[in-house]
Amino acid sequence: MIEFLLDGHSREATYMQLIRQVKQALRVGMLEPGDQLPKVREVAESLAINPNTVLKAYRQLEIEGLVEGRVGVGTFVRRSLSRPTLVTHGALRRDLEAWLDRVFAAGLDEEEVVALVETTLRAVFQEDRFRQGREGIA
Amino acid sequence: MTSALETTDLGKRYGRDWGLRGCSLRVPVGSVAALVGPNGAGKSTLLHLAVGLLKPDEGEVRVFGKAPGDSRELLEQVGFVAQDTPLYPDFTVAELVKLGSKLNRTWDDDLAVDRLGKLDIPLDRKAGRLSGGQRAQVALVLAIAKRPRLLLLDEPVAALDPLARREFMQALMGIVADQGTTVLHSSHLLGDVERTCDWLVVVRKGSAQVVGSVDELLAEHRTLIGPRTREGEYSGVGTVLRESHTDKQTTLLVRTGGPIHHPAWNVSDVTLEDLVLAYLADPNAAALPGPVSLPQRGVGA
Repeated sequence: MIEFLLDGHSREATYMQLIRQVKQALRVGMLEPGDQLPKVREVAESLAINPNTVLKAYRQLEIEGLVEGRVGVGTFVRRSLSRPTLVTHGALRRDLEAWLDRVFAAGLDEEEVVALVETTLRAVFQEDRFRQGREGIA
Repeated sequence: MTSALETTDLGKRYGRDWGLRGCSLRVPVGSVAALVGPNGAGKSTLLHLAVGLLKPDEGEVRVFGKAPGDSRELLEQVGFVAQDTPLYPDFTVAELVKLGSKLNRTWDDDLAVDRLGKLDIPLDRKAGRLSGGQRAQVALVLAIAKRPRLLLLDEPVAALDPLARREFMQALMGIVADQGTTVLHSSHLLGDVERTCDWLVVVRKGSAQVVGSVDELLAEHRTLIGPRTREGEYSGVGTVLRESHTDKQTTLLVRTGGPIHHPAWNVSDVTLEDLVLAYLADPNAAALPGPVSLPQRGVGA
């Protein structure tokens, strides 16, 4: 069973945050087919949010074929989003941890790390797209 | 969608002043609605009219299609928690529950005792000796033990500390999930409103300024950021609710008629807080369902 967390400062709508968290759990294998999602009432009460918001998130996940509601029982995972790449996550994570050790040793703080990762990601993605664009023309 | 509460040109006069006038709004069955507005806007007056504690001087108020105060059946379907959650201070919690069971034809004693037990509220404690948070929780339990279809709450958490406030909202959302109760609660806490409400009513100076589904309202409003544009030169962005300018940049909050394609504008979503504050700051703006005469703004306004 997963537990939802809300970011009160996020501009993202509450139901989108719930959807994103379920998908993330599906991607990393924390949720697998057959697993049950927290009950609507429990989510509404623990997060102090409108039960309709939870229903809306679950309905959207159902439309996408990821979960199914069983009347009177609950909502269950139908399909995983984890890909074969999941097996490499462990090794990549160890690399990342080693890299983070170096980063912190160099004196960067958490915000600077996040900024560095985000700007690098953006730059790499843009280069990729640029290259693909040129190859498309050539 | 049927209405739990509907008012038409509702008015209530206090001496020579109108506490509420020309107020038309609705709250659909099954919604959790927020009643928002500045102090003195008429929120408490509206709630007292809805529960039948006040009589309208003008217009109509209907709860599940009937005028409140006329029928005993209707009164049983409405729960009300007044501002500052008043309780008889010399009664113990157990005595308050007993009083409730004697005064109401429909009363679920198990529900009351079960909820109070879960909250760890001592039944033998006098109401006057409870903490603010406990008092609010007891008032909520007393209001829902008669299993109302509509629950009216007048600033239930205004005086509570953040933890007690959260516990109260958790209890309230649990009740909505269990019983499907329609809720209308007045609040100044827009963060709470954003998380808990799917229907919004903004009142200002005695009448309704914004009425509608939160999702639809958020979908209709956008923040636009673009290069400095002179007032009156925005075209095709919809109704401008708020504008601010620096020497390089213009920021607008607009109610759009559709997608904005103009490349000069960087378009982003608004929060409910942005939206409410923009309307409260602009007494001429309104977002109401149906044919409403919106003042001609946006162009040179």
